[in-house]
Amino acid sequence: MSAKETAKESPLMARVKARFQKGDTLLFTHSFKGDDTVVVRADEILTVMDFLKSDPALDFDIILDVTVVDYWTKKGVRPASAPLQPYLKESGARYEVVYHLYSVGKNHRIRVKAPLAAATPQINSVTSLWVGADWLEREAWDLYGVVFRGHPDLRRILLYEAFQGHPLRKDYEKTARQPLIGPRN
Amino acid sequence: MDTAAILETGAKLAFVIGINLGFFAPVLAWVERKQSAVMQDRIGANRADIFGFTVIGLFHSLADALKLIFKEDFVPRGADVTMHRLAPMIALIPALMGMAVIPFGGTYEIGGHAVNLVVADLDMGLLFVFAIASVATYGVVIGAWASNNNWSMLGGLRAAAQMFSYEVTMGLTIIGLLMYYQSLSLVEIVAKQESFWNWGIIYQWPAFILFLACAIAENKRVPFDIPEAESEIVAGYFTEYSGMKFIMFWTAEFIEVVTISALCVVLFFGGHHCAFISDAGLVALFGGGDLGNILAMLFGVAVFLVKVCVLIFIQMIIRWTLPRFRYDQVMMLGWKMILPLSLVWILFVGVAILTGLMPTPA
Amino acid sequence: MTDKKPNVDFHSEHHTELLTINMGPSHPATHGTVKFLVDLDGEIISRIDVEVGYLHRGFEKECEAQTWTGVFPYTDRLDYTASVLNNVGYALAVEKLIGIEAPERCQYIRVIMSEMARMSGHYTCLAAGALELGAMTAFLYFVEARELLWDLIEEVCGARLTHNYVRIGGLTADLPAGFGDRVATVFAKNRELWDEFAKLLLKNRIFVDRMRDVGGISATDAKAWGYSGPCMRAAGVAYDIRKTNPYLVYDRLDFEIPVGTTGDNYDRFMVRMYELQQSMSIIEQCLVKMPEGPINHNDPQWRQSSKDDIFTDMESMIFHFKNEINGVPVPAGEVYFPVEGANGELGFYLVSDGSGHPVKCRVRPPCFQLTSSVKYLIEGSMLADLIPTFDMINLIGGECDR
Repeated sequence: MSAKETAKESPLMARVKARFQKGDTLLFTHSFKGDDTVVVRADEILTVMDFLKSDPALDFDIILDVTVVDYWTKKGVRPASAPLQPYLKESGARYEVVYHLYSVGKNHRIRVKAPLAAATPQINSVTSLWVGADWLEREAWDLYGVVFRGHPDLRRILLYEAFQGHPLRKDYEKTARQPLIGPRN
Repeated sequence: MDTAAILETGAKLAFVIGINLGFFAPVLAWVERKQSAVMQDRIGANRADIFGFTVIGLFHSLADALKLIFKEDFVPRGADVTMHRLAPMIALIPALMGMAVIPFGGTYEIGGHAVNLVVADLDMGLLFVFAIASVATYGVVIGAWASNNNWSMLGGLRAAAQMFSYEVTMGLTIIGLLMYYQSLSLVEIVAKQESFWNWGIIYQWPAFILFLACAIAENKRVPFDIPEAESEIVAGYFTEYSGMKFIMFWTAEFIEVVTISALCVVLFFGGHHCAFISDAGLVALFGGGDLGNILAMLFGVAVFLVKVCVLIFIQMIIRWTLPRFRYDQVMMLGWKMILPLSLVWILFVGVAILTGLMPTPA
Repeated sequence: MTDKKPNVDFHSEHHTELLTINMGPSHPATHGTVKFLVDLDGEIISRIDVEVGYLHRGFEKECEAQTWTGVFPYTDRLDYTASVLNNVGYALAVEKLIGIEAPERCQYIRVIMSEMARMSGHYTCLAAGALELGAMTAFLYFVEARELLWDLIEEVCGARLTHNYVRIGGLTADLPAGFGDRVATVFAKNRELWDEFAKLLLKNRIFVDRMRDVGGISATDAKAWGYSGPCMRAAGVAYDIRKTNPYLVYDRLDFEIPVGTTGDNYDRFMVRMYELQQSMSIIEQCLVKMPEGPINHNDPQWRQSSKDDIFTDMESMIFHFKNEINGVPVPAGEVYFPVEGANGELGFYLVSDGSGHPVKCRVRPPCFQLTSSVKYLIEGSMLADLIPTFDMINLIGGECDR
């Protein structure tokens, strides 16, 4: 990340940084290619999201996307871009839940990321803040196996119930086959 | 009953059934394809051929018939087999029976024998048509119930509700007309329309509009095709029908279109009459005698058929123009709009006749 | 008579039960294969469960195994009624990550093709919406309009449905000669068909009754459900990425975004209808303003050179070899780039570790969240209302299920 990119900090980022102390809730921030990003501790996701939604200066009323990135490789967990993810190694995380928020009134966007540990990836659901996160979280559970605590109806969505594993995890082989299921009646 | 009378009735029956099953059903299938094609900037059916002759797509009806005859006669698991077989017949036969009382010509003297061009000249012909039409409902409902399929079931329920509602309304829409002609016999109603100024459409045009709307609803065609709305309930009551049983339902629908058109012609458009020429005048025009009578008869039948075709054409235009109603909207239209309007019309006709505003034809 | 309401539960007292039906995955209304598990109380939908995923084909997993350029054909199959839009969205995201910008002419052509794709998507949506209400004739009018449009697209990129037209830093082909004249002819006919379509439906009482006040959503709820695109604008929120975050050359073009008031199906329908006209106007402006010049980025590291260059120019050949074997070495980092898709915000979230393959290529499908709200929109209304609502939500299987 070049110095030029960090220099022009948006008021949005300043506001978030003022509210949350770095290191405690906020693990890292960057504005790579102009995409304002905050990395927060997974346990604190609801606090941060609630602030982002309810703060009148931020007013993030739309949740655009919830997805997960898996940084597992055959040689261990590796950040995709070391300068952007210095926290990944020290927190021992493997996954990152990535939220994209947008504010219609303020016309600004933010990316919120929360690193999750490898063993039992769990995070609180944000469906209580935006109902629109419902299916997005279901999809993240379906494809990555991240459990969203407090989600009203956490079922598989794109895949069928009998599917074994979570296919978008990097350790799920692309050529892996699933057992055939016959007709159910 | 003498032999001549039996022969005559037989000939008329053969004509009615022949023209329905042999002409209208296949030709309407073709018209529906071709007319929709014209309306939709398409070419339409033109592929089926015999030795390279396509006859503007007419062979498609033949191809359809052949295909459907050779299709598997499918009865779903869990269906009531007897009822499943019976239902298309109950739908088709009443549709054909309705035509029995519709006069497709006048009375002609041929060989010293008065030929009345109606299969059964009943005093209460109109009531017969309605009574028979309500029997056809059973075919639909039984077929839906016997199929053991949820879509059929929904379609059947919708069909039952819709057809029963619209029967009531349809009856009421033409009460005004009956008061005007003071008869229930279709032959008599036609006879009274010899002069153009006595045609039902002149004084009774509101009744015509209401009646046509009800009739299309009774026949379950667009925009009232909710019992078979394919985007909602797949194919409604005939979801589980295939082959000839399916074609029976389908033919019944076409024949009902013909029946409705024929009924409209008889009630509102002077039947076989040709506007300003009386029957006697027509016979005289063709030179009188047996030949004159025969020619006049053929001419009358032709006029009748042309009028029927025009009305069928109008129904087809409606079918290819409008989207379909929702279930509750159909019910609302029937009970809350057409029914009160027809009651108002009855009242108006009554007053008009009493005050001489609407002179009844002699 | 007593005023006291009898305290009976109708269902338990009258031994009625709800009728559970499976609408789909192969049902005439569920184009794009989706399943509705509907509990019917008579004609009323008392509970609905929308099950998607029948068209899931592992888009992201496939992309992770592809080179950056190899992803393009997969993006075609997202919203297959408007496939260039997906190409453009992906290309812009990758270009943002690399930090290059396509030449001006390329940007104009991308806008032209995007708008054509949008028109194709809207034509499909509107026509199917009309068809499923029984208006077959209206359906075929718009299918004809779409065919004419596809003829134009075919002229440009050789394909009608899945175009695979855009590349990183450029395009596969320039517009053919005389394209502007043919666009004028086709658009004249398209406007005629638009008028006929509008005449058939918009003043038709049956059609209006079926669409008005059905499937409505308020602006607040639309935001909460993550709406975007025509459905969001129908609810009265003027959110169009072409205006709010202009990309390509949209800020140099003069167009308006139609906005509805009630958010019901009729408004959704009308927003799409007027967007068709706006798209035509945008394309015509682009054809006038479009400069001459190259269509590809001139650095052979990012945009594959022409065959002539590859055979004669050393540098081009080296990069061609490297990029074919290893993929384009997109710098490490992550970006999110939204474009205005036919259905709404089509965002690509890309993560690169500096190699020739994406670590993650996430597409934010607009109709996924729209479809998730069907339950909210439709529970308590009639079975027949499901059809226009679902049509105007415009689920595209390829995009929703990926």
